[in-house]
Amino acid sequence: MKKKRSNGNLKAWLYLAPAILFLGVFMVYPLIDVFVYSFEEGYNSASQTYFGVGPYNYSYVLHDPYFLQAVKNTFLLVIITVPLSTGIALLISVGLHSIKPLRNFLQTVYFLPYVTNTLAVGLVFMILFKKTPYSDGFVNVLINWFGGESVDFIDGPYWAKMFVLCFYTIWVVMPFKILILTSALSSVSQEYYNAARVDGTSGFRIFRRITLPMISPMIFYLVITGFIGAFKAYSDAVALFGTDLNAAEMNTIVGYVYDMLYGDSGGYPSYASAAAIILFAIVLTITCINLLVSKKNVHY
Amino acid sequence: MEVILQNLTKKFPSRDRKNRRDVIAVNDFTFKIPDGRLIGLLGPSGCGKSTTLNLISGLIKPTGGRIFFGTDDVTDLPPEHRGIGLVFQNYALYPHLTVRQNITFPLENLKGRDKLTKAQMREKAEEAAKLVQIEELMDRKPGELSGGQQQRVAIARALVKRPRVLLLDEPLSNLDARLRLQTREEIRRIQRETGITTIFVTHDQEEAMSISDMIVVMKDGVVQQIGKPQEVYDDPSNLFVAKFLGTPPINVFDGSVRNGKLYIGEDAVLETASVIGGEKPGPGYASGEGKPGAGSAPGGGKNGETLAGREAGGFTEGEVYAAIRPEGFLLKEEGALHCELKGVEVMGRDISVVSGNAASLSPAVRSIVASEHMGQIFSIEDRNRAGCAASGESRTVRFSLIPRKVFLFDKKTEQRIRIMPESRPQA
Repeated sequence: MKKKRSNGNLKAWLYLAPAILFLGVFMVYPLIDVFVYSFEEGYNSASQTYFGVGPYNYSYVLHDPYFLQAVKNTFLLVIITVPLSTGIALLISVGLHSIKPLRNFLQTVYFLPYVTNTLAVGLVFMILFKKTPYSDGFVNVLINWFGGESVDFIDGPYWAKMFVLCFYTIWVVMPFKILILTSALSSVSQEYYNAARVDGTSGFRIFRRITLPMISPMIFYLVITGFIGAFKAYSDAVALFGTDLNAAEMNTIVGYVYDMLYGDSGGYPSYASAAAIILFAIVLTITCINLLVSKKNVHY
Repeated sequence: MEVILQNLTKKFPSRDRKNRRDVIAVNDFTFKIPDGRLIGLLGPSGCGKSTTLNLISGLIKPTGGRIFFGTDDVTDLPPEHRGIGLVFQNYALYPHLTVRQNITFPLENLKGRDKLTKAQMREKAEEAAKLVQIEELMDRKPGELSGGQQQRVAIARALVKRPRVLLLDEPLSNLDARLRLQTREEIRRIQRETGITTIFVTHDQEEAMSISDMIVVMKDGVVQQIGKPQEVYDDPSNLFVAKFLGTPPINVFDGSVRNGKLYIGEDAVLETASVIGGEKPGPGYASGEGKPGAGSAPGGGKNGETLAGREAGGFTEGEVYAAIRPEGFLLKEEGALHCELKGVEVMGRDISVVSGNAASLSPAVRSIVASEHMGQIFSIEDRNRAGCAASGESRTVRFSLIPRKVFLFDKKTEQRIRIMPESRPQA
C-alpha cells in the first residue's frame, strides 16, 4: 500500500518535472541571482569578481537622482493611469452593454488598439503630438484653434510629456479592460435587474448596489494587473521619447534597471539588481494592500 | 385585489429571416382573477404562462389588450408602480447582500412620502421574515442557504412592500421532491395568511392541482380551460387538458360510437348516453335506455361550434377519441373491455395495472385498482400462464368502465364531445 503511494507521487513529480525545470532555470534561479547580485558590491561581470557584501548598492540607487526621477515618473503613471483607465473602461463597457444596435461594431472598434501594431500606434501618436518642420501636431492644431499656445509634447515641459505618456498608456490598456468588463457585465443575470426594476430601483442605484458588486471580482482583477503592468512600464516611454529616457526625464524604474545593465551608462548589474529588488518590494506591498482592501469590497 | 386580463395578447417578432411570422406567446387571454385567491397558470414549457406572468408584472409590455388591478388600468404602468411582488424562478437574490439586506432592498427604494426610517425598515423586514419563518437566517448570505430557504427569502422580499398581487414564477422547480411538497403547503399558508391575490406559474400539474383555488391551463399561448382544479380534472374541455392533468396520465383510445354504444376495438364498452350523461352508476352497457344521440342538442357552451355540422342535432355516430382516467377502470370478470395484461406496479395503497390494447394510442394502458384486487390480478396472471399453452389465448384482463371517468373527444378538433349539454358529471 505504502509502496504504491510513493509510486504515485513519483509519477506526479515526473509529470511536473518539465515545468519545474523550466521555471527553476528561467524564473527561480535568476530571481535568487538578482537578490544575490544586489548585495554584492562592485560586481564585475567580465571578471566575475566583487569587493564585498553589503547594502551599498541600495544606498547608491536610492541616492541616484535618475532613480528618484524614475520612481516619481512610475508612481505618477500608476496613480493616474490605473484608476482612469479602469474607470473609463467601466463607463464604456456599461455604455456598450446598454445599447443594442452597433454593439458588435463598437466592440470591435474599441478592441482595435489591442491588435494594432505598435509602430502604427507610434506613428499615429506622432501625428497627434510631435512637432515637425511642417506641423505642430494635430493636438496643437486643435489647441491653436481654440486660441491656445502650442505645446511641445515630446521635447517640451515635464507635465506635457507626462500627459502624453499617461494618455498613451491609458489608450493601450483600455481595450483589454473593456473586453473583460463587457463580458463580466453580460454574465450578470438579467433576473437581478428585473428584480431590481420590480422594486423600483433607480438606474444609478442598480449600478451601485447590484452591477458594481457583481462585477467587483473582475474590476479587482483589472486593478491588480493594472498596477503591476503600470509599475513595469518601459517600452511605452521608449516608443514615445526614444531610448535616452534619463535625458528626457521620462525614465521609469524598469527603464532605469535596463539602463544600468545595457544603457550608455550601463554595465552595473549590482545597481540594476538593487533597483529591481526595490521595484519588486514596491509591487509586492501595493498588491498586498490591494488584497487587503479587496477583502472588504469584492464579492465573489 | 382583483386582476382582470382583457384580450391580453403578446407577440414576439420572429428572429427567423425566412419565416417572418410573429411568435404569439399569449393569444387573446381574457380572465378575471378573483380577489385573494391562489391561481395556478399551468401548461407545458413554451405555452406562454411565464409570458403571461411577466405581462401582469409589467416586465414586458403587451401587444394588445388591457390589464386591470381592481379598477386601476395598469397596462401602461411600469412594474414598480403596479404594486406587485415577484418571486423569480431562480429567486434572483442578490448574492453579495445578507438576507436582511435583500429583504430591505425594496424598502430602501421608497421615496418621498413613503420613505421609511432605518428602524421601520428593520421592523418590516423582521415581520416579512417571520411570516416565512426565516428570522434566524437574517445575517447569512444567500449562498449559505439551502434552496428552500432561499425560496423563503425571495418570498419575504416580494412581500415586504405588501404588494397588491404576488407573482411566483415556477416557485418549486428548483427544489427536490420532498421540499417541494413542503414548500407548496408553505405557499398556500402564506397566501392564506396574507390574503394577497397570488398567481403562480408551473408546468407541474400536480403542484397546480394541489394548492390552487383555480387553475388556468394554457397551450401555445391559448387558454384551454379555467376552473377549480377538481372541476377541470373531472370535466376537461379538450383532449389536451385531459391528457395534461392527472398522474398516471389518462389513457386515450381510438374509439367509435355506433348505435348509441361506444366501441373500443371490437368491445362495446359503454352506452354513449352514460358517458355523456354520467347519471348512471357503474357500466351502463346492459341497459337499453340510451338512444343514439340522446339529447341531440349541439354540445354546450364553447364546444358547440366544433361539433356543429356533424349531424343535424349534434354528434351521434363516428370515430372518436375515448379517454379513460386510470381510476375509471373496474376489474370485472365480465367486463366489456378486453386488455392484455402486461404487468402490475405496486404503489402501496393502490396497484397500477399495466396492460395493452390494440386501440390504445400508447403502448401501455395504466389503470389504478384498489390493492384488494391484487389477488384477482395474480389469479388472472396464473390462470393465463397455465392456460396460455393450451388455449393460445393471451393473458386477458377484463375491465368495465366508470362512465364519468370516460371522456369522448372529436378526432379532428380534439374538443370534448358532449351530446347532452346540461348533463355535467357530478364530481
